Amino acid sequence: MKPLSKSESYGYEISEVEAGGIYIFLRGRMDSSNASQLIDLFGSFIKDRHPSLLTIDLKKVSYLDDFGALVLVELRDMMSSNGGRFQLVNAREEVLYVLHSENRIRPNSLIKAHPPSVFVRYGDAILRYAADVKYLISFVGSVCLAFAYSFLHPRSLRLDDTFIYMQKTGVDALPIVGLLSFLLGLITAFMSSVQLQQFGADIYVASLVALGMSRELGPIMTAILVAGRSGSSFAAEIATMKISEEVDALFTMGFEPTRYLVVPKILASVIVVPILTLFSDLFAILGGLTVGVLVLNITASAYISQTLMDLTLFDVFWGVFKSAVFALQISWIGCLRGFRVDGGAASVGRATTSAVVSSIFLIIVSDSVFAIILRYWI
Amino acid sequence: MEKDPIIEVKQLRAGYNGNTILEQVSFGVLKGEVFVIMGGSGCGKTTLFKHLVGLIKPVSGSIIIDGDDIAHGDETLLRKVLRKIGVLYQSAALFNSMTIAENIALPIREYTDLSEKSIDTLVKMKLTLVNLDGYENYLPSEISGGMKKRAGLARAMALNPEILFFDEPSAGLDPVASNELDNLIIQLNKNLGTTMVIVTHELRSVCHIAHRAILLDKNKKGILVDGDPRYLRDHSTDPMVKAFFNGRS
Repeated sequence: MKPLSKSESYGYEISEVEAGGIYIFLRGRMDSSNASQLIDLFGSFIKDRHPSLLTIDLKKVSYLDDFGALVLVELRDMMSSNGGRFQLVNAREEVLYVLHSENRIRPNSLIKAHPPSVFVRYGDAILRYAADVKYLISFVGSVCLAFAYSFLHPRSLRLDDTFIYMQKTGVDALPIVGLLSFLLGLITAFMSSVQLQQFGADIYVASLVALGMSRELGPIMTAILVAGRSGSSFAAEIATMKISEEVDALFTMGFEPTRYLVVPKILASVIVVPILTLFSDLFAILGGLTVGVLVLNITASAYISQTLMDLTLFDVFWGVFKSAVFALQISWIGCLRGFRVDGGAASVGRATTSAVVSSIFLIIVSDSVFAIILRYWI
Repeated sequence: MEKDPIIEVKQLRAGYNGNTILEQVSFGVLKGEVFVIMGGSGCGKTTLFKHLVGLIKPVSGSIIIDGDDIAHGDETLLRKVLRKIGVLYQSAALFNSMTIAENIALPIREYTDLSEKSIDTLVKMKLTLVNLDGYENYLPSEISGGMKKRAGLARAMALNPEILFFDEPSAGLDPVASNELDNLIIQLNKNLGTTMVIVTHELRSVCHIAHRAILLDKNKKGILVDGDPRYLRDHSTDPMVKAFFNGRS
């Protein structure tokens, strides 16, 4: 047999023995670099020749790890499926140790786990849903109790954290809320002017922008932005604390996690989101005014006086009230999703996504309810 | 045991934000050796570990792994060296979104041409090797700390690297689990000839598994002593070495 060249990691010699048997003399390394080559090479050989006995001689094999063992296992399986026999000769102690790991594989562990039946999956989903509802109810109770405690013991309120969350949720969001509201006012004015100009009713662009923004678009758009910025951040923060056992640490130190983590976030959101909504209304009116003055040739004073004439204090406060409810929902859902995390990094991502999606869904649903209340009861 | 050094650290200076943690650190690890890096908290063990596995570049000096200097090489060279090493992190660092089997199959799938069936068998062999057979379809969050470590070890040795690095392998394990892990390290070293570099301060474990150890010192910002840990424990006259092995300040 010729010696191995530098580029070769293995070599072999095949000879035929009596009664249709094949003898393979292997040498060199059997590792991850050549396992798939060896399987293909000898596998096709077995398929072509159908030997009755395959003998592998490992005397000159200098290194064999579990990739090498895999080659032997695959060849053995191919032989047995062809009705032939397989044997190893001259296997050293280390080689046998590696092979031993394959022999210890339990037969049942080689069988793929069957997916559970449809009934089991439905049952599992119902149980999980029930557990979610139970947690949801207990979380509402826990948040109410935490607020009641903070109300009765104002000194227990974490004011510093509340101010930090007010800044993060409100002040930091102001530039983007302002810009988007301005553009939204601009677009609303543009779109409505096309129709209203036909009737010579350009001036009513001011009323439309002011009413539309302060009653509907202002609160909704601000809430969606806050859900994306702060709701997700609340969920991610609490979820990360949960998986790194910080929430457990708080609990074992005697803190009430809901009071410590949730109250400042909800309180801060309920205070600043309505203020943010007022700014949103203001910027939207400015956007409308820009279109009114530059495109529709309405004077600024006429635009403003028309806005003030049609916009009542009730409209503004109705929008502000709605935004406070939205803020409560966003922060509550964000915290709830954070606390529901179980597992690792992927579950933090799921919690964040779920917090944003649930918040937006709740915002739209509750806005529909507000619309009905406004139509029939107020 | 072969006598060629597989890792050579020369005049290493390491630090963060202008603060020097280690300076003038030089040592070599022989092929097939179980080498332990010891030291008290804050002495730079983890810093040295991160430098050895290429996570951080040193301020100056060289880190030569199997002939390649990762301190001065480019990204391609580092990738080449990383193929030769496996790392078991303190927290095992398993991907939580994947099952144990998927965690181990990930590097095998990426770097070999084996069929899915072969990968499946190989993963089971690796899990059997670390006594985790039957746990293929479990998520990391569903198994214990000791099991996570063993699964992490199975993933670290997925491609049977020449060098295995361990960061505090015994941390958070009970004595039995810790002992099992130590025995597994000894077995792998004996049967596959894998070089092991272990960062730890578990003296019992060090004396059980290490062929050689270095002791880092916070004040010296470098190596205080280098040798057989059992000899150092029983015969060292250095007061600081004695204090470390006897657990007294």
